[in-house]
Amino acid sequence: MIKTIRISCIALLVFTLFTGFVYPALVTGIAQLIFPYQANGSIIVKDGRAAGSALIGQQFDDPKYFWGRPSATTPYPYNGGSSSGSNLGPNNPELTKAVRCRIDALRAADPGNASPIPVDLVTASGSGLDPHISPAAAEYQVRRVAGVRGMGEAEVGSLVKSMTEGRWLGLLGEPVVNVLRINIALDKLSRKGT
Amino acid sequence: MTANDIFQMVIYFGALLLLAKPLGIYMARIYEGEQVPPARILGPLERAFYRICGIHPDEEMDWRQYAAAVIIFSAAGMIVLYLLQRLQGGLPLNPQRFPGVPPDLAFNTAVSFVTNTDWQDYGGETTMSYLTQMAGLAVQNFVSAAAGMAVLVALIRGFKRNSAGTIGNFWADLTRGVLYILIPLSVVYSLLLVSQGVVQSYSGYKRVELSQPVIYDAVKLDGKGGPVSSPDGSPLREKTGVKEQIIPLGPAASQIAIKQLGTNGGGFFNVNSAHPFENPTPLSNFFEVLAVLLIPAALCATFGKMVGDMRQGRALLAAMLLVLVTMTALCTWSEQRGNPRLAALGVNQTAGSLQAGGNMEGKEARFGIVNSTIWAAATTAASNGSVNSMHDSYTPLGGLFPLLLIQLGEIIFGGVGSGLYGMLLFAVITVFVAGLMVGRTPEYLGKKIEMFEMKMAALVILIVNALVKVGTAIGVSTAAGVAGISNPGPHGFSEILYAFSSAANNNGSAFAGLNGNTVFYNTALGIAMFFGRFWVIIPVLAIAGSLAKKKQVPPSLGTLPTHTPLFVAFLVGVILIVGALSFMPSLALGPIAEQLMTGR
Repeated sequence: MIKTIRISCIALLVFTLFTGFVYPALVTGIAQLIFPYQANGSIIVKDGRAAGSALIGQQFDDPKYFWGRPSATTPYPYNGGSSSGSNLGPNNPELTKAVRCRIDALRAADPGNASPIPVDLVTASGSGLDPHISPAAAEYQVRRVAGVRGMGEAEVGSLVKSMTEGRWLGLLGEPVVNVLRINIALDKLSRKGT
Repeated sequence: MTANDIFQMVIYFGALLLLAKPLGIYMARIYEGEQVPPARILGPLERAFYRICGIHPDEEMDWRQYAAAVIIFSAAGMIVLYLLQRLQGGLPLNPQRFPGVPPDLAFNTAVSFVTNTDWQDYGGETTMSYLTQMAGLAVQNFVSAAAGMAVLVALIRGFKRNSAGTIGNFWADLTRGVLYILIPLSVVYSLLLVSQGVVQSYSGYKRVELSQPVIYDAVKLDGKGGPVSSPDGSPLREKTGVKEQIIPLGPAASQIAIKQLGTNGGGFFNVNSAHPFENPTPLSNFFEVLAVLLIPAALCATFGKMVGDMRQGRALLAAMLLVLVTMTALCTWSEQRGNPRLAALGVNQTAGSLQAGGNMEGKEARFGIVNSTIWAAATTAASNGSVNSMHDSYTPLGGLFPLLLIQLGEIIFGGVGSGLYGMLLFAVITVFVAGLMVGRTPEYLGKKIEMFEMKMAALVILIVNALVKVGTAIGVSTAAGVAGISNPGPHGFSEILYAFSSAANNNGSAFAGLNGNTVFYNTALGIAMFFGRFWVIIPVLAIAGSLAKKKQVPPSLGTLPTHTPLFVAFLVGVILIVGALSFMPSLALGPIAEQLMTGR
């Protein structure tokens, strides 16, 4: 009994040193050496300053930008310090209410666009930090973005096409558009135009 | 379901089957003490470890000694993890200056990680210091997984040995599992994940300037930080602007690798593998969800190899796959159909080349429907419990299958080690039922199954069953339990049922709307996890001890062969009947009632 307790304590200590310190330190060392960009948060640099992470979405509700997935983080959307989904059940009236509000906001920003709204544009993502929308959600917004910016719909549409990331090797995942990246690209295009 | 849904499922299960056999045979060689290629580098480490700890790896243990070692080692882990959390405020590697974790939450988390459950009542990025994550949680991710595998190996020895008094040495099994299996796989996996964008850094959180400031309604604070009340007493609100975004960092990849491989499931961040830093791309998702079932599937081959008949392992794997593939398909079908209430609002949920469609609430755009549902099924079949989408927001039927997979007892793949020892008990029960039908003494792998083994196997099923149902009953009938519910109607019941099913079966996934971080849930679920782990391990080791003592009987004409399709079908039947009889009434009150309310 005493022997088992003694072995338990020493073994735990040695496992802690090995799997708790040596292992993560080894991985950190190799990761920082080979993949420094990824290991440090995939930061996008714009004009010499960090403009965000390519993997962490930001809140956009200005009509001149593409909007991302609704975010359920608190106390404000896209709070990088506290990831969260809405956890609303499918029959919860709160969910229907929230979706209706989002539909109204999209319709108000683009009156006259009667096409049905793609589901990912009105439902909260799992993380609250989803950096992507579906290509359908981007195409839905082309008309509005082009109108507000005074750009041609064809120009914005082709930007969406060029920024669409397909499935991995055409096999895995779903095609997406990175919202922060496309908005940065939009700002760049607008500046060139004026 | 779309063609793409089916295609992605085929790729996933195909890759799993391809890898299971070679890995399983490698593991069998390790547990039988053979020389494997990595021993050239790791062998000296292993021997040094034994020397430091005073372990004699060849000293055999009987089942009581083996069980005592498992339990004392786990108890030591629990105490250390509890203290580490309580004291983290004053310890190094805490760049965010998180204070000590409150006692009830620290208790819950300590039990959770030591029992390989990884139920999380905390948000990682808002509660745990880097030190706690690395030296506490990640360490238990390794050793609790290795302990599960050790118990399985002991049970396999029970079948294999002839008139023997002992079932192996726990310390050697534990060490070999960590050193030769979990660490090498984790290092490779961590680097694969970092290459995809999973963070791995010791620096504190970064701040970036937002392209567009966020304006939101916040409670107005006075100079001292207290809320300002309006004349009618309600707190006053004001528009607040946020110009910066926090980019959380940390040594995440190293921890995510092992939490996926060791069927632990405890995420580095609050939303687990839905977080873009925990699971950034479809490729990282593929690796992570492959890791969920990789070792549990491979252990079937380990079992076959160790008992000297690969067909036995294959039969168990076939039974597991049969159940899992069916439930994955049904879950995908339900989620892809979408939410009729949103369809009524004119939202487009149809799958096409430009969108995944379906029920996207709580799911990430890069995963869409099918990569979320494959994950949901795999993580609940294996007792992993990590998530890449929010199960609480699933359609009623989409949520039913993950819940049912947990309630079947975490034997469809199940936890590393724990899944297969659970499945072996079901195989024992199946031969017993078959024996009753034809009036012969049942035997499995040449060992006679008698009263003692049946009592212990039944005990395992009954204990876990009781924990789920008594826990849920207390949850729904006390004010403290009901207070945690976040969704109205039958869905609220499902939240509590899911929590106790997950805890007692050591899964760890959640209908996360349930506010579990209360004294009631932290305590109740902590107790369920504890007994759900150790009150299963003890009877399993008792069976191992009893079987080891028995003589091998050569198969006769009356022996039921246990590698045939007939046996597989019979086994699946027994599993489904036991599961359905146990849980159908509770499922009827939760997801089934909710489905009927959606009106289709």
